[in-house]
Amino acid sequence: MVQFTLPKNSKIRVGKTWPKPDGKNIRKFQIYRWDPDTGENPRLDTYFLDMDKCGPMVLDALLKIKNEIDPTLTFRRSCREGICGSCAMNIDGINTLACIYGLDEIKGDVKIYPLPHMPVVKDLIPDLTMFYAQHASIMPWLETKTNRPEKEWRQSIEDRKKLDGLYECVMCASCSTSCPSYWWNGDKYLGPAALLHAYRWIIDSRDEATPERLDQLEDPFKLYRCHTIMNCTKTCPKGLNPAKAIAEIKRMMVNRVV
Amino acid sequence: MRYLTDRKRAVGKGASGTGTEHHWWMSASAVALAFMIPTWLYIVGTTLGADQRTVISTFSQPFVAILTALIAVIGMRHFAKGTEIWIEDYVHGTAGKALKIAMHSLAYVIMATTLYALGKMVFIGLLMGN
Repeated sequence: MVQFTLPKNSKIRVGKTWPKPDGKNIRKFQIYRWDPDTGENPRLDTYFLDMDKCGPMVLDALLKIKNEIDPTLTFRRSCREGICGSCAMNIDGINTLACIYGLDEIKGDVKIYPLPHMPVVKDLIPDLTMFYAQHASIMPWLETKTNRPEKEWRQSIEDRKKLDGLYECVMCASCSTSCPSYWWNGDKYLGPAALLHAYRWIIDSRDEATPERLDQLEDPFKLYRCHTIMNCTKTCPKGLNPAKAIAEIKRMMVNRVV
Repeated sequence: MRYLTDRKRAVGKGASGTGTEHHWWMSASAVALAFMIPTWLYIVGTTLGADQRTVISTFSQPFVAILTALIAVIGMRHFAKGTEIWIEDYVHGTAGKALKIAMHSLAYVIMATTLYALGKMVFIGLLMGN
């Protein structure tokens, strides 16, 4: 049965409030903290930052907190420009990338949690091993049967254009972790990110494994657990449309049998 | 505790090879019901407050009787297959399987009851000379 309430050991308690700095432009940050080594429940720590001395993005604020206030705050980050997908987290109720989400887009206090409904490794770091394994399961590579050409696999400009809006996915998991179907059946449903990648390879004119790829998705859970809720499209920090990709796969499936 | 690789957990038992038929049937029946139910509701609306003879006379007309029968069959199959989806979403394991059987049974009971009542009305209507 689906759990609608948090188990006892996951209930969030009030955490530490760090001292307020001097300054006129002070902003309050509430950040989810959990350390598996302590055995304690997660807590919500409160930090204050002088926004006149902080960069414009949420990641700037997190780095400032980590560098100047609390070095134990743990989160993933790398490229700081929305390319690596590392810093995906739930900011102000939205799954997005901290590095490209402006603090000016948030009204009031800034509340930051890890991506929802995933096991937490520590603080803002979710365990994405299952998510990556699901991505691997859709064979995210070019699959060919024809002998390799002397030069490259050729593709027309029109066919290449079909990959736009698909290849840009950075696998940040914002979409999958915003999907209620993925929350309740994440072990069987592949989720919007993996399905968007599946469609990226299905639609690739050079790929010769379309039947196998479609066969692999012919399942009430792997594909059809998508109920077109559209949270994935709404939340995607790269502005992609996984729901459309899933709808296209469903259309191809129907066209195979009807 | 089972030592399974992430890949093995992600792949599970593989694709079942079903799903598209269910998806297509639900889409097609939804479109059909979107036309049939308003028509049926309009007909039922015209009989509201009428006496028993008028109601039986209306429901024993071929178009109304066939429409009602189609709604009972297609609507209840749509209901059963639809509830199957939300049960799979929210209730897992044996409880989910039991609930699915219960909902399918309920759909068939409603379908049979509707068809029986409709048949009775049509039969009485024929006796009345409609």
